[in-house]
Amino acid sequence: MAGKTLYDKLWDDHVVRQEDDGTALIYIDRQLLHEVTSPQAFEGLRLANRQPWRVDANLATPDHNVPTTSLEGGVDGIEDPISRIQVQTLNSNTREFGITEYGMGDVRQGIVHVVGPESGATLPGMTVVCGDSHTSTHGALGALAHGIGTSEVEHVLATQCLIQKKMKNMLVRVDGQLQPGVGPKDVVLAIIGAIGTAGGTGYALEFGGQVMRDMSIEGRMTVCNMAIEAGARAGLVACDDRTIEYVKGRPFAPTGDNWEAAVAYWSNLKSDEDAVFDKVVELDGSRIQPQVTWGTSPEMVGSVHDRVPDPALEADPVKSAGISRALEYMGLPPNMAIQDIQVDYVFIGSCTNSRIEDLRAAAQVLKGRKVAASVEQALAVPGSGLVKQQAEAEGLDQIFIEAGFEWRNPGCSMCLAMNADRLPAKKHCASTSNRNFEGRQGAGGRTHLVSPQMAAAAAVAGHFVDVRDLVEVVQ
Amino acid sequence: MSLTLFTQLKAIVAPLDRANVDTDAIIPKQFLKSIKRTGFGPNLFDEWRYLDVGEPGEDCAGRPINPDFVLNQSRYQGAKILLARENFGCGSSREHAPWALKDYGFDVVIAPSFADIFFNNCFKNGILPIVLPEALVDSLFKQVMAQAGYQLDVDLTAQTITLADGTQICFEVDAFRRHCLLNGLDDIGLTLVHQDAIKKYEAKRREQAPWLFSTQ
Repeated sequence: MAGKTLYDKLWDDHVVRQEDDGTALIYIDRQLLHEVTSPQAFEGLRLANRQPWRVDANLATPDHNVPTTSLEGGVDGIEDPISRIQVQTLNSNTREFGITEYGMGDVRQGIVHVVGPESGATLPGMTVVCGDSHTSTHGALGALAHGIGTSEVEHVLATQCLIQKKMKNMLVRVDGQLQPGVGPKDVVLAIIGAIGTAGGTGYALEFGGQVMRDMSIEGRMTVCNMAIEAGARAGLVACDDRTIEYVKGRPFAPTGDNWEAAVAYWSNLKSDEDAVFDKVVELDGSRIQPQVTWGTSPEMVGSVHDRVPDPALEADPVKSAGISRALEYMGLPPNMAIQDIQVDYVFIGSCTNSRIEDLRAAAQVLKGRKVAASVEQALAVPGSGLVKQQAEAEGLDQIFIEAGFEWRNPGCSMCLAMNADRLPAKKHCASTSNRNFEGRQGAGGRTHLVSPQMAAAAAVAGHFVDVRDLVEVVQ
Repeated sequence: MSLTLFTQLKAIVAPLDRANVDTDAIIPKQFLKSIKRTGFGPNLFDEWRYLDVGEPGEDCAGRPINPDFVLNQSRYQGAKILLARENFGCGSSREHAPWALKDYGFDVVIAPSFADIFFNNCFKNGILPIVLPEALVDSLFKQVMAQAGYQLDVDLTAQTITLADGTQICFEVDAFRRHCLLNGLDDIGLTLVHQDAIKKYEAKRREQAPWLFSTQ
């Protein structure tokens, strides 16, 4: 019999009940909650007079709507009344049902996908869900994690389970060694460029190979975070010594005998040598260049040295029309050099790239440099209060501020512009976030997805530039 | 929440001719601030449908509409079936997307492929997502655009679609999901029937992995 993949193992360990038709009842170890996709789920519980199955399996924090400017006045200080009600509703729901919440003003508050791993609420081997598609992030720890809709949030609250059908197994192997100045964000954008925005649909997507083994846990989170942009609900990386080192000592991490038992269990959280995948894609990591998206889907991406494509050269009529529409929205002529695209806004943040390592990488580029005069606004938004604290202890905030960035409080911010941080129409933004969809960062806004280093370099140059041409990068 | 769906529906088809339609396009972020499940219909495809930027709570009746957008064309008024291209519903997991489609009046979405989370969310809200081969979807686009008032007849019980010319197409739908849709079943109630199995799993798991049950 062939060996098991990591996904097979995680799945098998969580089956409560297998039905004949292929569906199964799967146990959920951890649910993370935020203010946008949970109110209707709590309302559903109340209407049906149900209680949460296991209160301690849930952890909540507001992130999408929270202001990143002043936190004075806390929740009541949120200017937008509709945003305020949503955050207040999370507070009242968690209070009513006894769920732990890291609320506004708590240093542990932040973007839910930063908070989960950082607090140890996400552990290897867990099943983790959240009403947010970027829950795939948590797979970086060897957990089975994916986004769900609000009906399923309610289902997990009430039953601690989900009705699921097993996905297929896919492996993306990135071998070789990354060039200096090329990071996890470039790796995942290159993967999406190679397999397409629906390339992983229906699969649990495991990232393997030398590049992934050499990558930090924060970097693996960046890669898994964008598995969903390749269509895969769940991204996965095998648990190894780096993972265990990362988890150790975190508030929710096991201690004493439990720690020893957990480490023994976690050491098996990798695909067997003879595991069979339904699909395998291989990339040579040493050939990956710094990436920049030019269109309105994450698959519309290329090297910073490329040119924007010409729809006339695309044979497939649906694809050609898609390229034309994207270029029109982005205000870019066919064949334009990506390095000639002027940048008006810079956003460093989001659940993809707001961890301490991301801020360090950007600060390294910005140190002793200034944001170009043509850049209208440059934001640095740490992923959590604890990330912010750490960055400030290292003096990174001063580097950002001296370069001309605004140093903000944690939240989702301009990744999706549900709070006041919005990209104006027709403005080009070098953004470390995950989606370049039409209107994502603000109605009519033009998003270019890049790594933190590349966003910092674009801020300094005022247009896209290979970060290696700007600064000698130490890997 | 589950909703009872139609068993059979004959309705006008609206063609949305672009691939990779994401849930940000289906319902933009500012409308996600609502704490309700209803009222999203007027803001479905807001950025494509209107020429201004919509805000939550705003009355859409007086807003300038984009005459080029398909749903604003008179021939597609009253459409209950949306014909779409590949990877429909990609991006964010927001269930507000199917809520908006349903609230607008769509009961069926036909596409060559759907994003996983959106596909799943549809069933929870009485929307039937139908996957058909790309060539067939392509042919349906041509037929719909060629003939004003073009209708399809979708039968969930028989799992067939009858075209305007009488041709019948079969479609696949997961047996459990079909059963839930046809009977308007409550998923949570169904799962709670197995609460003993859940408790048994928890007891076993607590022995195998006790750290998963210890609180901070």
